[in-house]
Amino acid sequence: MLDLPEIYTENIHRWLPELLYYSLTTLKIAFFSFLLAVVFGVLIALCRISHKRVIRTLAVCSIEVARGLPIVVVLYIVYFVPPQLFPGLDWSWFDDFTGAVLGLGIHGGAILAEVFRSGIEALHKGQREAALSLGMTPAKAMTHIILPQATRIVLPPVGNYAIGLLKDTSLCTLIGVNEIMNGAKSIAFSDYQPMAVFVLVAAIYFVMSYPLSLLVRAMERRMRVAH
Amino acid sequence: MSKAGSGAAAGQPLLKIQDLHKRFGLLEVLQGVDLDVARGEKVSIIGPSGSGKTTLLRCINYLEKPSAGHIYIDGTLIGEKKVGDRYVHLTDRELARERQEIGFVFQRFNLFPHLTALGNVTVAPIRVLGLSREVAELRGREMLQKVGLGHKADEYPERLSGGQQQRVAIARVLAMQPKLMLFDEATSALDPELIGEVLRVMRQLADEGATMVIVTHEIQFAGDVSDRVIFMDQGRIVEQGPPRDVLGRPSEARTREFLKHIQDR
Ligand SMILES: Nc1ncnc2c1ncn2[C@@H]1O[C@H](COP(=O)(O)OP(=O)(O)OP(=O)(O)O)[C@@H](O)[C@H]1O
Ligand SMILES: [Mg+2]
Repeated sequence: MLDLPEIYTENIHRWLPELLYYSLTTLKIAFFSFLLAVVFGVLIALCRISHKRVIRTLAVCSIEVARGLPIVVVLYIVYFVPPQLFPGLDWSWFDDFTGAVLGLGIHGGAILAEVFRSGIEALHKGQREAALSLGMTPAKAMTHIILPQATRIVLPPVGNYAIGLLKDTSLCTLIGVNEIMNGAKSIAFSDYQPMAVFVLVAAIYFVMSYPLSLLVRAMERRMRVAH
Repeated sequence: MSKAGSGAAAGQPLLKIQDLHKRFGLLEVLQGVDLDVARGEKVSIIGPSGSGKTTLLRCINYLEKPSAGHIYIDGTLIGEKKVGDRYVHLTDRELARERQEIGFVFQRFNLFPHLTALGNVTVAPIRVLGLSREVAELRGREMLQKVGLGHKADEYPERLSGGQQQRVAIARVLAMQPKLMLFDEATSALDPELIGEVLRVMRQLADEGATMVIVTHEIQFAGDVSDRVIFMDQGRIVEQGPPRDVLGRPSEARTREFLKHIQDR
């Protein structure tokens, strides 16, 4: 029978530092791809509600394509395809970490674009009209009236996305990033302790994502009060 | 931007509407409206639901793009400019500049819920006119006081009654010091007991000499405040004149019918 307490007392001093080190990579991927996704998301959402049909169509296409693909496929394409397309260029800077951030960021941008768009469209059109009637340009109305309100509306769904993203970073194992899942796999199989190691990994993921969960809950509560 | 033609030539109307048409698809909501409003004049527009009153107001500040016809404020074309003998649409920036001069009070207030009363009143002076925060707040507080809400400057709209919200909305318009104010049924979203406080503020503005175009179902208020009452039906001006004529002894059958209908309610 497995005696987990004993296994942990014997091994934790070796496993924990290593896993924590790898979990730092997980956090880094999540953080940078989140920033990228927010930037892409805002840009695509603004294109999505543009008055120019071509721009709108391009935005819709990119959203639908990215949403229709499994994240792994996006990661593979982003990481493996560019070097094959442009073999003449220097790709030494393009490591698995960069590919992971880019892939998750692009995919997340398409997801968040829809979140942002629905946030903007949730506002009554009277808000925009009131701003325009006071002499604001459409750009000023967007900056000072629409976006500040839309931001509040989308905070909870964006938080939920961030939680999902943190967990999705585990897929980056598949393009060879040494994040926590990859690290855990090698320890688990070299030490023949899959159960003990993966339970520990689960605990670490939980510790990373639970604070985010609490934050989202708090934001949702505040939204309810505000309405 | 060229202000040519403004110069307020004596007798030139502040607002001039020429043969205004507006279609939504097949529906022609405005079927050729001509209207001059003099500086300082108070004009009330009455008429049955769907007659195009809101659409007319929305065309005046170009929230709705007319299908045909032209609108001038102080001699300046609204929403378009003449290049050679063609009319071309203004850019967003040019249009925004023109809208600064036209205040619009909405039926549903449309206050900005993320800003306090004072924030609502100062955001456009700061962001549009480029006033410093201090100057804008000074002016903003003055306007809030004017509508009787000096003590509510720091409240958010959701904590204000409908009547108070509409008064903040009026203060927000006043803070831009517009040449012309448009009111689209400013009291019809309000509980009956809150209507009076908003009408009082509007009456005060009228007494101070503001130029106002007021769409309203408050016939008595229209009669008291206006220099001229306009009755619209099916996208046309059917009858207009001094309140005692249009409201007292209308010459058109449709006007009589409408007034009777309203009084029966
Ligand atoms: N954006 C729009 N698209 C299509 N039809 C519209 C639009 N706006 C208004 N209409 C139609 O135009 C007609 C006139 O509407 P409008 O709101 O100007 O009337 P109104 O005189 O203000 O009526 P009420 O007294 O009910 O406010 C109505 O039949 C309305 O359904
Ligand atoms: Mg109306």
